[in-house]
Amino acid sequence: MSAQVDQRLTAFDVTRLRADFPILGRRLDGGRPLVYLDSANTSQKPQVVIDAVSEHLAVHNANVARAMHQLGAESTAAFEDARDKVSRFVGAASRDEVVFTKNSTEALNLVANTLAWAESDLGVGAGDEVVITEMEHHSNIVPWQLLCQRKGSKLRWFGLTDEGRLDLDDIEELINERTKVVSLVWVSNMLGTINPLDVIIARAHQVGAVVVVDASQAVPQLPVDLVALGADFVAFTGHKMVGPTGIGVLWGRRELLAQLPPFLGGGEMIETVTMARSTYAPPPHRFEAGTPPIAEAVGLGAAVDYLSAIGMDNVAAHEQAITAYALEGLATVGGLRVLGPTQPIDRGGAVSFQLADIHPHDVSQVLDSLGIAVRAGHHCAKPAHHRFGCQSTTRASFYLYTLPEEIDALVDGLEHTKRFFKVS
Amino acid sequence: MDLNSLYQEIILDHYKHPLHAGLRTPYEAEVHHVNPTCGDEITLRVHVDEGLVADVSYEAEGCSISQASASVMSDLVIGKPIDEAMALHEEFLTLMQGRGQVDVDDERLEDAIAFAGVAKFPARIKCALMSWMAWKDATVQSAPVEEQS
Repeated sequence: MSAQVDQRLTAFDVTRLRADFPILGRRLDGGRPLVYLDSANTSQKPQVVIDAVSEHLAVHNANVARAMHQLGAESTAAFEDARDKVSRFVGAASRDEVVFTKNSTEALNLVANTLAWAESDLGVGAGDEVVITEMEHHSNIVPWQLLCQRKGSKLRWFGLTDEGRLDLDDIEELINERTKVVSLVWVSNMLGTINPLDVIIARAHQVGAVVVVDASQAVPQLPVDLVALGADFVAFTGHKMVGPTGIGVLWGRRELLAQLPPFLGGGEMIETVTMARSTYAPPPHRFEAGTPPIAEAVGLGAAVDYLSAIGMDNVAAHEQAITAYALEGLATVGGLRVLGPTQPIDRGGAVSFQLADIHPHDVSQVLDSLGIAVRAGHHCAKPAHHRFGCQSTTRASFYLYTLPEEIDALVDGLEHTKRFFKVS
Repeated sequence: MDLNSLYQEIILDHYKHPLHAGLRTPYEAEVHHVNPTCGDEITLRVHVDEGLVADVSYEAEGCSISQASASVMSDLVIGKPIDEAMALHEEFLTLMQGRGQVDVDDERLEDAIAFAGVAKFPARIKCALMSWMAWKDATVQSAPVEEQS
């Protein structure tokens, strides 16, 4: 079986690529090799990213945009260069559409809050409707609940089919002339589903609603062309795409960002300040109050360089192949039920499952004793778990460095887990 | 980490065959506790009668450690004077917070001593403690304050 997958993975040599990631070579307690199957939680970092962060701190460190000395100029250039790299990586129409945040959560909260405060036509008010889906991460549910509670707006959502896809039967009714915002995930962190954004964006724009996309799992895995996608706001985070933690991105259409009020007030987001009032910088700096995560942004720039060198088409092909291999392998484990699509079609590389009646924490504990790192719990998607009648799942997730042998180890580990808990 | 030190036979037995499970009447207080990081939940009722923990009944959803702990805890405290049961709670808490280095009285803690190994797995300590915390909460609510001291 491994040989078959290896043939599908000819675009780059996974074994050689793994040498770029120092952590993948480490041994855990007792000398166990690491089998890291938790990349949807956070990805591992290649040496070039670690070096970029470290070199910035060692050689160029200064604050950005406010330090007039040489180091300030170097630091500012490095920070803004990272913005250019990210902008090109996702096909933004302009670098000014890329706002640095600390993560996807902050990016989504930025949009939800500024849409609540906006006095332009974009503003969401009483009687307006916001549409999300039942498969959202909590970070794309709670900010909209807060907005709706504060503004007297109505929160609505798409349900899910038994296969774990959006139920689009009532799209015409759900997205209607009262809808101001449609916010949804591109690739589900729990079910793995890749959503048909084109259909939703077309309907939302028909009724004049803005579309916010949580691309936290999509930008790491898929080639992205934001101009072609046609959404209005897109959030993603650095640490899931081989970059550092503490740096995320909100991309927004330039003319829409320009209509939004500030999110946080402080340094660097202003034009001028008097004791009575202030005026604000244009985007993106309007939304970047305070000293930003500078070294982290530089690290994200190195991360997108790394991914670009491999090619996102190749990364996506590998993700597809390794996910297909994992679904095949997991299907051989008796008593295992995958939540979400069981075929590798329109599907990302996160596979959540239940193993007989063994609690996911117990599954992950036994796997951990074998050196296999997975996630267990609700994966910040409690409503999606509730939809499928369960409280938690075990999730294995893959990335560009995942080997078929690691999937084999997972499958063997699950059989071992069943024996440990005396489940046939 | 030795998996067998975490998953003692006693724990797995209680997990497969939990004691005192199910919600019963009468009761003076009912509480619902959750572990927000993993979603484990317990609904627990306490019935006190003349200074004794007369009954503890519960419905719980969670991992083997949290389920077994609810079973062991209820079996241990039912029939005990409230102050003695509270003292057992303190001892169990000490055991859990002791990183596996604490000496406790295994005569008194009975089956709960099997959780000593859990203390070496920091991520699982809250699983073992959830039912105890729920019990204390419900007991404080159900018993008059003077009976506690």
